[in-house]
Parts: sequence; structure tokens; C-alpha cells
Amino acid sequence: MIRVALPYHLQVLARCDREVTIQIDGPVTQRGILDALEARYPMLRGTVREHVSLKRRPRVRFFAAGEDVSHESPDAELPKSIATGAEPFRIVGAVAGG
Amino acid sequence: MTAIRLLVGTRKGAFILTSNGQRTDWSIDGPFFAGWEIYHVNGSPVEPDRIYASQSSSWFGQIIQRSDDGGKTWMQPGSDATEPAVSPDGLPQGESNKFVYDTSEETGKPLSTHQWYDGTQHPWEFARVWHLEPSLDDPDTCYAGVEDAALFKTTDGARTWHEIAALRGHETGPDWAPGAGGMCLHTVVLDPENKDRIYCAISAAGTFRTDDGGKSWKAINRGLHSEQIPDPTAEVGHCVHRIAIHPSRPDTLYMQKHWDVMRSDDGGDTWREVSGNLPSDFGFPIAVHAYDPETIYVVPILSDSLHYPPDGKLRVYRSRSGGETWEALTNGLPQENCYVNVLRDAMAVDKADPCGIYFGTTGGQVYGSSDSGDTWAPIVRDLPAVLSVEAQTLS
Repeated sequence: MIRVALPYHLQVLARCDREVTIQIDGPVTQRGILDALEARYPMLRGTVREHVSLKRRPRVRFFAAGEDVSHESPDAELPKSIATGAEPFRIVGAVAGG
Repeated sequence: MTAIRLLVGTRKGAFILTSNGQRTDWSIDGPFFAGWEIYHVNGSPVEPDRIYASQSSSWFGQIIQRSDDGGKTWMQPGSDATEPAVSPDGLPQGESNKFVYDTSEETGKPLSTHQWYDGTQHPWEFARVWHLEPSLDDPDTCYAGVEDAALFKTTDGARTWHEIAALRGHETGPDWAPGAGGMCLHTVVLDPENKDRIYCAISAAGTFRTDDGGKSWKAINRGLHSEQIPDPTAEVGHCVHRIAIHPSRPDTLYMQKHWDVMRSDDGGDTWREVSGNLPSDFGFPIAVHAYDPETIYVVPILSDSLHYPPDGKLRVYRSRSGGETWEALTNGLPQENCYVNVLRDAMAVDKADPCGIYFGTTGGQVYGSSDSGDTWAPIVRDLPAVLSVEAQTLS
């Protein structure tokens, strides 16, 4: 079971708690997590990544195992701690402003 | 008993203000979609409890919300036609925020670009929905004016949106350029007597009209004069801020341009200035009285450099002669130390008798008048900056 932590505004849209769980078959990647998340919560389509291009929205960040993996390939395997559910894959609204 | 419902979009959520026909006591509900920018909330003229809202964020993009019960509950409608309407848990599928430019060979304009700030060509990039204009006769049909400038339409209650691509494909499209607020299609006006006639206004391109339901468009900017562009009388490039019509006389249009208040009596084919004795003819909103097509309202702002009222006095100006001669309406409005702005979609009239008029400010106040503007009172004072106000008259 994969754990995904969502920012406040996406929790409200998806009507869910801060952390949700999803199931993935095969390698655990950003793309796999987001595909499963959007299938489970379709109202999140277009909010984390763009429609059609599926590129990460510029002000959304992905953190895994204490690292910013936003710029990693969406098909790169994520750390074991994410794959095992030891810690959540964190989707974060980028810090902005003063 | 008539009731009035105001749909207010702000920088940090939507609010619904409701009153009976007396328009003296108001209840205030909200914020809905707290923390999000709500550019516009608008209801169906034929089914007022059907309300559409544009919810957006620089972080998480565009959301379209819909209510079928007058704003008590909301949902994100929409799903791909090949998918079930709801998820296995009964939640609505989420395609209602999918605004994709039509680049098909058949109907779209592949690889089209517009002029960027540095003069180079730039591809159209969707940013947000500025304006929602529900159909005059079908609650499931609604138009959306978006940034970068384009017109979208839904015919299934906002489940899906499709671009009316011929507008963006107008021969002048490559010459359109963004204003300071982006290149937005911010005004959509539907002709109440001719379903095939639609007006759109774009900053900073100008005004366009279709007479065939969107298949072809004509730039209708003859008579506009804009010193901010190299050729002040060019076919396109004008920063039109808002246009308005009265349903009883749809060939007469009023326009608040970047500078100048304008009028057309031939469906936009030609325009003439009617700024008359206004203290400044810069401003954003313009509205027409519900029962008198010659009575119009504007809120003069000092200049494009100083976005606040002249002399620190918040004054609505009313013309009872379709322009040229204007009177200041000040009773109940702050007449000192007032430096707020009133944005293009933030003024509306109701259809009660006498006509009510309302506007919201960037300072978070919503003012109302139940006597056609003679006297004013604040309905609420401390909302986030107001982006839009729409008035619904409920029987």
C-alpha cells in the first residue's frame, strides 16, 4: 500500500484526509502514483499535473524520503520507503511569497 | 416576494449574499472554495439555481464548480464520455476543468501563436477561466472566456468544454498581445434576440462578433481610438475592459475601454465616444439599468497608472441619456480617503423595481443601491478583494 500526502487545497477537492492510500502493481514511480491517485480521485485530474501533457504543474513539488524528486523522471523508481509504505510520497504546493 | 441573490467572486473564495425584495437586510454565506481565486460566479437565466463558478489557483490550476441548488452544495461535474459519470465511490469524475485548445486539422488552428510581450510569437497557453456566461435558454449550455484568449462552450452542464476555435483563428490572432493582466477573453455577451450573435471582448485585442454561432468572427473596433498602440485606430490591439447591452435593444452596446466610454447603435460595427463630462473616462465596469436602455453606470478610476478613484472619492456615475451627460452618485459612498478599484466584472444590476445596482471593490466592500443608484449602503465591508459580482432576481 502506497501512502500519499496531499496539500490542504487538494484534500478539500478530493474530500479526503491529509494522507490517502493507493495500490500500484509494478514499479513504484511518480507516474504510477499519480495515475492511481487520479483514478481514485478523478477530481484531482489537472491539478497536480497538466491535462494532456501530464507535466507536473510548475508550483507543485514532489518529496520522497527527504528529497525533492520533482525534477526526476516520472518513470524513475521511487525509494523503497515509499514503495513499502514506510513513509508517504508527499505532494506539496511550492512555497511562494514573503 | 422577490428575492435578490448576489454571487460574489473574490481573491480568496466565493460568497453568496441574499436579501428579500426590500434589499435592506442581507445574509452572507461563504466563503465557498476558501483560499482559491474565484474570478466569476454566474447563474443560468432560465434556471437560477444552476450556478457555475470559476475556481483557480496558481498552484493547482483551474476548477469548474457547479451548483444545482442555488449555491447550497457544489460539485465538479464532468467525465469523459467513455467513462462512467461517477467513480466507484459515487464521486463525480473530473474532466470539467479540461480546457484544451482545438488544434485539430478539421476545426482547430494548429500551431497558432500570438504576440508576446517582447514582440515574438508565443503559443497559446491556458491559464484560467475569467468569465462564465450561461446560455439564455439552456441551463446545460455555458460559455467560458479564458486566458490565453479563447472562447469555450459546454453543452452538458460543464462536464466537458470545447473551444470555439474560429475566434482564436481570426486572421488578426497572431497580432493579439497580452495586457498587464494577461491576454484574457473577459467579456461574453449573448444577443437575446439572435442566438447566433455573440460578442466577445479581449484584452488587449478588442471586440469581436459572430453572427453564425461562432463559425466566423468579425473584429468590431471601428471608432475606437487608443493612444497606447502604434496605430491608435488599428483594427485590433485595443484594451477593451467591458461591454454591456440592454435586452430590449440588443443593437446598442456600451463599452468601457482602457480609456474612453463608447457607444454603438449598430451592433458594434461603429463606435462613438460618450465620455462627456466624466471626471476620468478610465475605468473597468459598465452596466445598463434593468428597465431603461439609456441609463448606464460606470465607476471612473483616475488613470491606468493610478488605479483608484479621483480625489479619493468613490463615485458611481450615471447617465440617463446613454452617455455624454453624467451625474455623480455619492450618497452612502465614501467621499474621502478611498483608494479602492472596481474591476470589470464587479458591477451588476437586478431586475427588481426599482432597479437595484451593486458593485464590489478591491478593498472587499460590496455596496448596493435599491433605488437605481440614488442612495447606497454597504452590504458587507471586509471580504477579500472582490473580482466579480452578479445579481440574480428570484421570484
